[in-house]
Amino acid sequence: MSKTTPDHDRDRNRERDSEATFGDYGGQYVPEALMPALQELEDAYERYVLNNEDGFMDEFRERMRDFGGRPTPLQRADRLSERYDREIYLKREDLVHGGAHKLNNALGQVLLAKYMGKERIIAETGAGQHGTATAMAAAHLDMPCEIYMGRTDINRQRPNVYRMRMNGAAVNPVTAGSGTLKEAINETMRDWATTVETTHYVIGSVVGPHPFPKMVRDFQAVISQEAREQIQDQAGRLPDTVVACAGGGSNTMGTFHEFVPDEDVDLVAVEAGGSSLEIDEEANLAPNSATLSTGTDGVLHGAMTKLLQSGDGQIVESHSVSAGLDYAGVGPELSHLVATDRVTPVSVDDDAALNGFHRLSNLEGIIPALESSHAIGYVEKYTDDLGDLVVVNVSGRGDKDLETVLEETEKRDLEAAPDVEVFEQ
Amino acid sequence: MSDESRAERESRKTRTGSDGQERPVSDEIETDSDIETAIRENEPALITYITAGDPSLEDTKEYVEALDRGGSDLIELGLPFSEPIAEGPTIQAAINRALDAGTTPEGFFDLVDDLETEAPLLVMTYYNMILQYGDEADVRPFVERAAEAGLSGLIIPDLPAEEADPLREACDEHGLDLVFIVAPTTEGERLETIMSQVSGFAYVQARLGTTGARANVSGATHDSLTRLSEYDVPKAVGFGVSEGDHAAEIIEAGADGVIVGSALVDIIADSEETTEGVDRLEAKAAELKRGARRGAGEAVDAEDVPEPEQP
Repeated sequence: MSKTTPDHDRDRNRERDSEATFGDYGGQYVPEALMPALQELEDAYERYVLNNEDGFMDEFRERMRDFGGRPTPLQRADRLSERYDREIYLKREDLVHGGAHKLNNALGQVLLAKYMGKERIIAETGAGQHGTATAMAAAHLDMPCEIYMGRTDINRQRPNVYRMRMNGAAVNPVTAGSGTLKEAINETMRDWATTVETTHYVIGSVVGPHPFPKMVRDFQAVISQEAREQIQDQAGRLPDTVVACAGGGSNTMGTFHEFVPDEDVDLVAVEAGGSSLEIDEEANLAPNSATLSTGTDGVLHGAMTKLLQSGDGQIVESHSVSAGLDYAGVGPELSHLVATDRVTPVSVDDDAALNGFHRLSNLEGIIPALESSHAIGYVEKYTDDLGDLVVVNVSGRGDKDLETVLEETEKRDLEAAPDVEVFEQ
Repeated sequence: MSDESRAERESRKTRTGSDGQERPVSDEIETDSDIETAIRENEPALITYITAGDPSLEDTKEYVEALDRGGSDLIELGLPFSEPIAEGPTIQAAINRALDAGTTPEGFFDLVDDLETEAPLLVMTYYNMILQYGDEADVRPFVERAAEAGLSGLIIPDLPAEEADPLREACDEHGLDLVFIVAPTTEGERLETIMSQVSGFAYVQARLGTTGARANVSGATHDSLTRLSEYDVPKAVGFGVSEGDHAAEIIEAGADGVIVGSALVDIIADSEETTEGVDRLEAKAAELKRGARRGAGEAVDAEDVPEPEQP
């Protein structure tokens, strides 16, 4: 029995590596039972998404227009521009059907699953935006759908749980660990390992094994395709800085992708600094979700990427006031773009995010998701680090977060916050 | 692990070929690993799994020794990782208990240093645990320490053959086996690739899904064994095996060994005292081994292995 790899196998592995990885990051670290499904998905991604076989991408774009409400506007934010003394433009992904950029990917993947002849859709969700988008896409395309969601997240994101159920999806609570996104992903992978022959797992971000990070990025890249054209039409040139919040990184990659070759454009990924950037190994807790800023290389959920982990390799619990950013990993392509200095990772804490939430609500009449509020919080707090022409992605709307915002605002003294006591009356 | 037992195994000079003929040891066979030898010479082989540190490393030592006495031919020890995506609820709970008890890779290796078993030991863990051992993301420090502690091989459920080059090279250098899992979905070219890279034995996953004791043996087991029949590599079947009768059925279907984990972890979780757990694990291993031998058509001598404990 040979214990060494023949040269031709090594060559094949190297060739495969260049497709499955981004520099040192990416790959396919999953149980063997899932590998044939990933190969099937790679094949479908290449045929339908990259080569538009059977008019897949035409149908996707048409459905994103008619059902999804694309293109979304790039809005000049007059009062923010005045306040920060520079041109601020907002990419309004909160106006996509369902209230977040998540539909771009969910509709793409559910449609792809249909083209592949799959019979059932499963997905995980943190804040509930991806679950909601997947449930909507599945209802729209008549596919049975089950969503896994951590118990903690179910409690802090009730409106989205209702919306998923309204759209006919089953919501399965996950009680393991801290009951957040990481545990929901574990559980969805287990379901997939059992049902892989008939089921497609709609991964909600640019994370997971190849080809998910590339495929999800391609579905989300419409954000930067539109934004890049719109800013040139409206401001007459490319922006100096593009700002997006980063949890798993799907809206980040979507917002950055078309700007990556524009080397004069600064790309800033704003992570959740939570209450502190230190990891408490004793408590097995990172009171933040700032994976790009503070994480170390490792393997989680199918990919080599940056992770919040202990020195021994145990994944620690992350924290953010925003459920949608509360994840101990991040997309491998983002890890690579940070490692090669193309993307600058920064973070703001929970307070700054809440301040950003109130600032945008007060000044522009837009109630942003707590995820997006991190991007606004960064613009508010680090204005001087930005160029003269700035695009900020508003990844989703904040209706789902109102209860959390009221509760958290009451505990803090925030400059931009209204008097929250009036809400009690 | 005891050097004596390894030396004894290495001194045996014949093995049974896949055609049932006894053959003298050739140079090629002398290079067979501890694991392959343990399976081939004890066919049908019993491979048992428990999680190290559940509920403590001291208990694990006693439990491993009980499994060894009960007739295990190989023992897999789980090094707990916080995100065990290939495990069902039973082993996930065991991993959580072990992590809550403060089990670390160093504690795990200290335990292995202390163990003296007839059966060779394998570590079963997830790839991130291998990468993080040592100062930077590199597989070598873990493999070196595993070899030094006397482990014979590794099973990494989230490391498919496509990603395994660095680890396989390190294992080859240190004479450790890297066991790959063959799933019900593994066919065609992928099966070829895996079978050309596997060492020790092929871990045949009896059914889709995660680990966990089941009430019956899956039909997928028979299909998988049929697909693998042309490969001269020991095949052991796991995922869902919990009783002597399952073991018999699997061996009868053509496997060289059976792998049992969750049913043993259940015993540990249910036992109020360590001594109770020790007795029940030893008896369960004996029941499984007897079942396996029955499946191989052997007359099972009642005195040969301990009787199962009466409830």
